[in-house]
Amino acid sequence: MARLTFTGGIHPYDGKDLSKDKPMKAILPKGDLVYPMSQHIGAPAVPVVAKGDRVLTGQKIAEAGGFVSAPIYATVSGTVKVIEPRRVVTGDMVNCIVVENDGLYEEVDYGPCRQLEEMTKEEIVGKIREAGIVGMGGAGFPTHVKLSPKEPEKIEYVIANCAECEPYLTSDYRRMLEEPEKIVAGMKVILRLFDRAKGILAVEDNKPDCIEALKKLVKDEPDIQVKALQTKYPQGAERQLIYATTGRAINSSMLPADAGCIVDNVDTIVAINQAVRENKPLMHRIVTVTGDAVADPRNFIVRIGTNYHELIEEAGGFKTEPEKIVSGGPMMGFALFGLDVPTTKTSSALLCMTRDEVARYTPGPCINCGRCVEVCPGRVLPSKLADFAEHGEEEKFLAYHGMECCECGCCSYICPAKRPLTQEIKSMRKMQLAKKKK
Amino acid sequence: MSDLMKVSSNPHIRSKATTGSIMGAVVLSLLPATFFGVYNFGLHALLLILVTVASAVLTEYIYELLMKKRVTVYDLSATVTGLLLALNLPPGAPLWIGVVGSVFAILVVKMLFGGLGQNFMNPALGARCFLLISFTSIMTNFDCDAYTGATPLTALKAGETVNVMDMIVGHTGGTIGETSMVALVMGACLLILLDIIDLRIPGSYIVSFVIFLVLFGGRGFDSAYLSAQLAGGGLMLGAFFMATDYVTRPITKKGQYVFGIFLGIMTGIFRLFAPGAEGVSYAIILGNLLVPLIEKVTLPKAFGKGGEKA
Repeated sequence: MARLTFTGGIHPYDGKDLSKDKPMKAILPKGDLVYPMSQHIGAPAVPVVAKGDRVLTGQKIAEAGGFVSAPIYATVSGTVKVIEPRRVVTGDMVNCIVVENDGLYEEVDYGPCRQLEEMTKEEIVGKIREAGIVGMGGAGFPTHVKLSPKEPEKIEYVIANCAECEPYLTSDYRRMLEEPEKIVAGMKVILRLFDRAKGILAVEDNKPDCIEALKKLVKDEPDIQVKALQTKYPQGAERQLIYATTGRAINSSMLPADAGCIVDNVDTIVAINQAVRENKPLMHRIVTVTGDAVADPRNFIVRIGTNYHELIEEAGGFKTEPEKIVSGGPMMGFALFGLDVPTTKTSSALLCMTRDEVARYTPGPCINCGRCVEVCPGRVLPSKLADFAEHGEEEKFLAYHGMECCECGCCSYICPAKRPLTQEIKSMRKMQLAKKKK
Repeated sequence: MSDLMKVSSNPHIRSKATTGSIMGAVVLSLLPATFFGVYNFGLHALLLILVTVASAVLTEYIYELLMKKRVTVYDLSATVTGLLLALNLPPGAPLWIGVVGSVFAILVVKMLFGGLGQNFMNPALGARCFLLISFTSIMTNFDCDAYTGATPLTALKAGETVNVMDMIVGHTGGTIGETSMVALVMGACLLILLDIIDLRIPGSYIVSFVIFLVLFGGRGFDSAYLSAQLAGGGLMLGAFFMATDYVTRPITKKGQYVFGIFLGIMTGIFRLFAPGAEGVSYAIILGNLLVPLIEKVTLPKAFGKGGEKA
């Protein structure tokens, strides 16, 4: 059988060896915790606490600002110090609630929890919405919206995105090795919502130990299967993942539900499990702190709101001065101006590189080599689109399927002329999306 | 640690291949044919090659200095152009032919259209055709110390018998770099192994050319005749090294097949029905002109719009 995959894609140096062999470590924050009101796609959350209020661990401090939005919870006990705009990973200033940690970690009472089998579907989705769960792979789309498709009876597959195709990231890997049962339990929760659906745990085949661990767990589960995918970036991109596992292809204007699929990331599924079975809101996430500048790269279980400086300290500080720090993976993450930003629901990694490959090269003229076309998973012509974007030729950009770009970065990575293709296309897409909204 | 780090849009890593490394690989893969040309034709061929390459590089350098543009000779693309042009010259041509050709290739075909990546025609071939038209007697005189008389392809067209083995190895008259099929295919294999080119264009070019000959050559499937046609003239040099020139071939995958088939048919027409014996250069140049159209009609369907299959 052909290996499950998609066409295009790249094989960059994966850097996973740096952090993959050390177990996850839970860390406690030392300084203030900062909670941006926008850690998700959609309306910002609205604070429900005021300066000077005492809050407990697990207490809601901001409520959803609309249907496509998510509430935010305190992850420590302490006092609300201030509510003001602060710098976040994207470089934007976002309204944040700042909580001074009292170090007591007094928790709220999460209340009793009914058995999964007794809960109604509405109750399950309600719990997920209340828990503030969003897509933790990086996009931050509110999960309850994803789990409320127009026609739930048409969902045939729930796909757990265990691909972890971004180089350097090993948080999903550690989770699958150390707590695979939580993923399977979370998958069962989601499957409760969709009567016809089967569960697929989709793992890249560079993680045979994870595949084995998961297979062992689901061997008596007729509705859940593990699928090994070819290791290739961006195997974990939603549309490519659906195609590789089910053979169904959706374009940018369709939702996974249109192909009968729901896709959730590993950490998200674990959070769903905790929310539904233990009534606990989303308060932690795993962050891979890695890169050749870090003394002791590893995965940490971090309370959301923890300052990035503290993560670096926990990883032994810098052994070499970093030239570039990225929040997220090297392909799709955000480069940081500085470390003084908080961990959010979507912070998958903190990558510290001693060398910035982007700055080393000066972009030259396109030689039309076609490598970007070969690697593009969206099957568009990146070099032409970037050209149209650069010259503001909007109609041509649209006619050449510019909106089908998923911004995975393969074209910029492969370009021998080192042209910032993804960047050009991204800016034009942003402009077009903004126009559509008007 | 300073709190202001380097920032840029994603992705933050880059592959190792650069324009310079690709051009370098092309030069490397042309070396077997170059060495064979020098061995076959002698010292004057070597001098001609050196002068042609040097004037191509110098032309680009001086132009960029005068125009106050960034000097780009380090990307080796001018070296490739110069070398390709040299391999397309008759071994006995005077040195000034190389200089004139290089200046035309770089200045007129490449730089005046905007430099690397902007030319719509392969500079080396553009220059070759310019020389062929302007200095026909020099460019079609393949007499030199080693060989006199007609090239094998001309002889073949006249109905004479040719030694196919000599043609495959390259012990025949012709331009400096085109005679040895063996050396050219060695270089082509290197290009394919290094992932610089693939077989879409050369494959469809050669296959469609052979089919055209079988259908219209009047000799049916005559393997000696077909081998002589494949090994003779500039077909191998053209198919593997010039039709695959990134800048002047279609970027779409389907378009590359269309382009290759077009070249095969045109080369067949030129070789069979035109007065001259050769047609590779003109076929490729005509093909170059059609690239924008080919790209337009072979625009791939995006993923999820019916274009997901490879």
